[in-house]
Amino acid sequence: MAESADKLISVFVDGIEVKVAPGTNMIEAANMAGVEIPHYCYHSHLSVAGNCRMCLVEMGTPGVDRATRQPILDADGKQVIQWMPKPTIACATNATPGLHIRTKTKLVKECREGIMEFLLVNHPLDCPICDQAGECHLQEYATDYGRGYSRYVEDKNVKPKRTMIGPRVILDNERCILCGRCVRFCKEVIKDEVLGFTERGSHSTIACYPGKTLDDNYSLNVVDICPVGALTSTDFRFKMRVWFLKETPSICTESSVGVNTIVWSREGVIYRITPRRNDVVNDTWMSDSGRMLYKEVAVENRSTNYTIEGKPVGAPEAVAAFADTLNKARGIAVLASGKSSVEEMFLLKKLIAAAPAGKKLVRVVPHVEKGDDFLISTDRNPNTRGALLTGLVDGIGAVDGGTLKALVDSGSIDTVISVNECVTSYGLDREELKKLNFIYMGTHFCESSQYANIEVPLLTVFEKEGSFVNQQFRLQKFAQAVPGPEGVMSDSAFLVALLGAMKAKVPANASAAAVWEQISAEVPQFAGVSYAGIPAEGLPVDGSAFAAQPFVEGKSLHYTPANA
Amino acid sequence: MAIKVLDRKPLSLAERTYLPQIISGLGITLRNMLKPPVTLQYPEEKPVIPKGYRGVPTLVKDPNGREKCVSCQLCEFVCPPKAIRITPGEIADPENPHVEKAPKDFELNMLRCIYCGLCEEVCPEEAIVLQDLYSLNSEAREEIVLHKDKLYELGGTLPDKHFKWDKKKKAAEDAASGDSH
Repeated sequence: MAESADKLISVFVDGIEVKVAPGTNMIEAANMAGVEIPHYCYHSHLSVAGNCRMCLVEMGTPGVDRATRQPILDADGKQVIQWMPKPTIACATNATPGLHIRTKTKLVKECREGIMEFLLVNHPLDCPICDQAGECHLQEYATDYGRGYSRYVEDKNVKPKRTMIGPRVILDNERCILCGRCVRFCKEVIKDEVLGFTERGSHSTIACYPGKTLDDNYSLNVVDICPVGALTSTDFRFKMRVWFLKETPSICTESSVGVNTIVWSREGVIYRITPRRNDVVNDTWMSDSGRMLYKEVAVENRSTNYTIEGKPVGAPEAVAAFADTLNKARGIAVLASGKSSVEEMFLLKKLIAAAPAGKKLVRVVPHVEKGDDFLISTDRNPNTRGALLTGLVDGIGAVDGGTLKALVDSGSIDTVISVNECVTSYGLDREELKKLNFIYMGTHFCESSQYANIEVPLLTVFEKEGSFVNQQFRLQKFAQAVPGPEGVMSDSAFLVALLGAMKAKVPANASAAAVWEQISAEVPQFAGVSYAGIPAEGLPVDGSAFAAQPFVEGKSLHYTPANA
Repeated sequence: MAIKVLDRKPLSLAERTYLPQIISGLGITLRNMLKPPVTLQYPEEKPVIPKGYRGVPTLVKDPNGREKCVSCQLCEFVCPPKAIRITPGEIADPENPHVEKAPKDFELNMLRCIYCGLCEEVCPEEAIVLQDLYSLNSEAREEIVLHKDKLYELGGTLPDKHFKWDKKKKAAEDAASGDSH
């Protein structure tokens, strides 16, 4: 909370005192006290609708005499709490000084049971075929407050099922509890009113406005916020039950926003990616395109073998050949990747420093594409600032294709190392690549990888641990979700082995924790940082040294460029 | 440890001849020869399988010939030896739009199965049933790993008490004809 301590007010939840900022609603206040108030329609990042009535609680305020404005005291001299005769909804009631909330009384329990019974009257109970099962609030609260059997003997309402409301979202109206979160999301977050209510009473349904479809690049967020299984993803539809999936915290590599994500995997296969709440980066949202990035893990053109002159070799041979090439090189050009982690960039910098070559050209290849001013920025490299902080490059900006070509043609550069970047787009044609010592390190094959003298397979962000520095100069770490292809070392492990072969100083091992010991000792902005110590919401680092860099990002959620 | 010496009584004359013991033993043999036999000449004779017997788990179809399993994977979750592996899949049956899901493959590894019956107990659709098949054997291990086709072949059709999908279908038809609106 940004509020200073003296502005905080005391609220009592079931007798537990919590200090909250004025304007905090009772659900959030209770949450701080460790008390869950069940709710469907309330969402932390949407406006309050107050239509599900699940969050009914008893509320009391300190008694004040109306005439004299003096506190009413009981026999013990304590201020009397005046309880409201009827329950109030916790989502739409803000905390006031001395507010008392009761969530465990008979009245509250009966309210919740009543709401649950009404919600379940027309619910189709198709949990066995519903993708939401296992993470469904209706299921959770039905176990807590459900009756266990139905008193309703009439026929249940029949509503449309399997309606495609967008290319990625499927709607089942029978499961809908009409909380309206999706309606508010469209109105308030994507600012395009696509969804609305139609019909009346128990026939009320969610529908698209005529002629509209939910085709926004943020449409899958409605699937996340839907408390029941009414809105489900076509991509994840019937793929796997959620209780089998392992959750791994990760960072989206789509752009320099650094959206916090959860990668859901089972036995080494990723099934979906969902946003992870971070109120200073991405709130609870992420783009649909970012969710599809897991598909790059298992594709045809995935690079999985170390090769020398096209022949598969083991990792030790590749390390030896790589070190040999570096030791013999007269001039090295490195096309580094802004998709590499901070650790890899640091190790790559060490590697280049260890090479005896006279001429060294290092650039992070920029990937600039139009952003959407929300959660996709113009800079599509997730770690541009990491390259600056680790000192891999002294400034951002492209390798001038002409310059690189001229340097190669003049013979001052005879070795090109490309990390996940295709060099053919930098003016080097096939003939020139054949003349060069060309080393390609990449997760996938590309046009130029076939000309590589040495090829090193790399891992995707899902297969390794590490950290990125996003556009806000916020250091965020990601964990390994799935194992990499068989026989492929992690990127850091390969670089550490290579540094060892070059007789350079190496970290104790290739884990992020060990590499960070060296980084924090050598990079002033990272002084005192350990990998384990990076908090879940990220660690802001000092980027003032790079204020003059021509960063390309425009305004996005929680980020305003310095020059704006 | 202290050693305790036991006094053994010397055997009597009758005991020393062994004759009473032999005669009583022959008597037992004779009695059992006259009783009806308790063993079966398996495999020529087959045992009578009692009700509630837990045989090989099988997948069953409902009386309409529709597969009951909706691949909810609860059996996969509950299975203690992890013998079940389901690949869920979507079905588009125009007759029954509510039945959206069915297994693409249902792998039941009978080399792992311990016949505990938890899969039958947990199944919300009553689709997997441990029936009376007790002898499953083969010369190849792969054949003991049962797949969807084989499981339905073994399971056959069982009577249905609920006709859940038929009821849903009727409700949808009634709603379409305007009965409930």
